[in-house]
Amino acid sequence: MKKNLKYNAIWLAIAILGYVLIYALEMVGVIDQFAETTLVLIGINIILATSLNLVIGFSGQFSLGHAGFMALGAYSSALVTSAIPSVGGFLLGLLVGMIVAGIVALVVGIPTLRLNGDYLAIATMGVAEIIRIILNNLKITNGPAGLYNIPMLANWSTVYVLVVITTLIIVNFVHSRNGRAVMSVREDEIAAESIGINTTKYKIIAFVLGAAIASIGGALHANYIQTINPTDFGIMESINILIIVVLGGIGSITGTFVAAFLLGILDMILQNFGTLRMVLYSLALILIMVFKPSGLLGTWEFSVRRLFTHKKAKGDAE
Amino acid sequence: MPLLDVKDLTKNFGGLAAVSDVTMHLDNNELVALIGPNGAGKTTLFNLLTGVIIPSEGTVSLQTDKGLQVLNKQKPYKIAAEGMARTFQNIRLFKDLTVEENVLIAMTDKNKEGFLESIFRLPSFYKKEAALHQQVVELLSIFKMENQLTTLARNLPYGAQRRLEIVRALATKPKILFLDEPAAGMNPEETADLTRLIQQIQSEFHITVLLIEHDMSLVMNLAERIYVLEYGKLIAEGTPKEIQGNQRVINAYLGGGD
Ligand SMILES: Nc1ncnc2c1ncn2[C@@H]1O[C@H](COP(=O)(O)OP(=O)(O)OP(=O)(O)O)[C@@H](O)[C@H]1O
Ligand SMILES: [Mg+2]
Repeated sequence: MKKNLKYNAIWLAIAILGYVLIYALEMVGVIDQFAETTLVLIGINIILATSLNLVIGFSGQFSLGHAGFMALGAYSSALVTSAIPSVGGFLLGLLVGMIVAGIVALVVGIPTLRLNGDYLAIATMGVAEIIRIILNNLKITNGPAGLYNIPMLANWSTVYVLVVITTLIIVNFVHSRNGRAVMSVREDEIAAESIGINTTKYKIIAFVLGAAIASIGGALHANYIQTINPTDFGIMESINILIIVVLGGIGSITGTFVAAFLLGILDMILQNFGTLRMVLYSLALILIMVFKPSGLLGTWEFSVRRLFTHKKAKGDAE
Repeated sequence: MPLLDVKDLTKNFGGLAAVSDVTMHLDNNELVALIGPNGAGKTTLFNLLTGVIIPSEGTVSLQTDKGLQVLNKQKPYKIAAEGMARTFQNIRLFKDLTVEENVLIAMTDKNKEGFLESIFRLPSFYKKEAALHQQVVELLSIFKMENQLTTLARNLPYGAQRRLEIVRALATKPKILFLDEPAAGMNPEETADLTRLIQQIQSEFHITVLLIEHDMSLVMNLAERIYVLEYGKLIAEGTPKEIQGNQRVINAYLGGGD
């Protein structure tokens, strides 16, 4: 029990240290406006990609429609905060987005998660496309022109705090009763059923949780960029999120962080290369697929606990 | 009143009657063997009993706390929850998870840990996890695997993988344990260990075991009763002595039947 407290305290310290570090770098001017935007986009991508990794890496269900849930979060928050432009409005917007995305994921998940692999990917892609088309045609969402002048209620610290919270939720979920059941579905559905695991239920739980968290990424996007329109949430965005997951390692949250940072920085450097950027992007992905198909980190995770027990074990041996 | 009552169970794969008209029963705390030549339909019968495949005809009913329940057409996870646990002929472990996780997952239903409790890591979460950990260690120590808690299942030696699959099935606290060729691929020493272990499980956990096995010495040592399957049909039932002397069984095994 005491040990758990210690590990949690260390994680908290790391989170606070990261915050202070960015804050200090901003103060002394190392992080300018441009770098800050890059950091914010990396943070939003981390939220989107870790939530997709929950679905793909941990429940083993291939979803290609994550941008759809992001869109629901973005539009919910944009509409709510335009009406109530305050921190309270933003929190309400987040909540509305999570509920809407969660309900849509539930309704979509119940029939589609019975499908296997390829069909599921196509079905989720279709759902994201339907969401986009609906947003493109509704009056309240202002059709293809989208929403603008959305109050800027998210800054880098909002993003930072939400990255920490959503990562904590995902990691704690994975290392719990429900999360282990979800992983058993990925490992072997027949074996899971044979020990009483309702595989459909756990697939749906992971899918709904992933969708709700993706909506948070969408809300941050809307309230930071301040303009959104349906084309922001097309299949390309779903693929961009997927690329981060695959590059980092399917099933590794740490890998998702690393990949989101690498791609974010690559993106910043390649800013002036225009279309060449996409070529280099694709090239990087192909190289990874060829030389390390399991992604940069495979399923490896950074762990404070292991770091400590490892040291102790070494110490004992000496 | 038998614990498990199977009536006229039939499964056709296209034109092939893999299991046909099987009527059998299992009583409380019995150790029964199911034998038969390759392709006789033994695994298919297990799959029918545990809901992995749906029978073409017939019924499977189990005596539960809520009275006699018809199990066929129920989802496998529901059948498992009623107290029917199994192992697989081709080991099906959660290979990229640890030994401990493999067993913990089998306790999912008994674990009352809530969603928010685990997300927020409340003290009650740690308490429940610690209690579960204790149970896993106790169960694994019966099988002398308590030192391999953090080993990935895929890295276990073959014999240990078979044992882990049995532990995982036992962790669901079953009424009946179905073992599909647990000694397959084991050396004589491991097989002898396994024989003792199955006896131990049965007496310690007070459960019924139905065992598919090709190793006749193991079957004759362990089983109180034997069912013999050939071409999907039950051709004999009786004590090991009776089965050893049964002409149809001898023919089936020597291939002199037709
Ligand atoms: N899903 C399936 N589809 C079609 N035929 C099948 C299927 N499963 C099994 N069979 C056939 O049913 C028959 C019985 O197979 P089963 O695996 O039950 O035999 P078994 O008694 O377990 O044999 P073994 O001792 O080799 O394990 C075989 O002829 C097999 O080819
Ligand atoms: Mg078989």
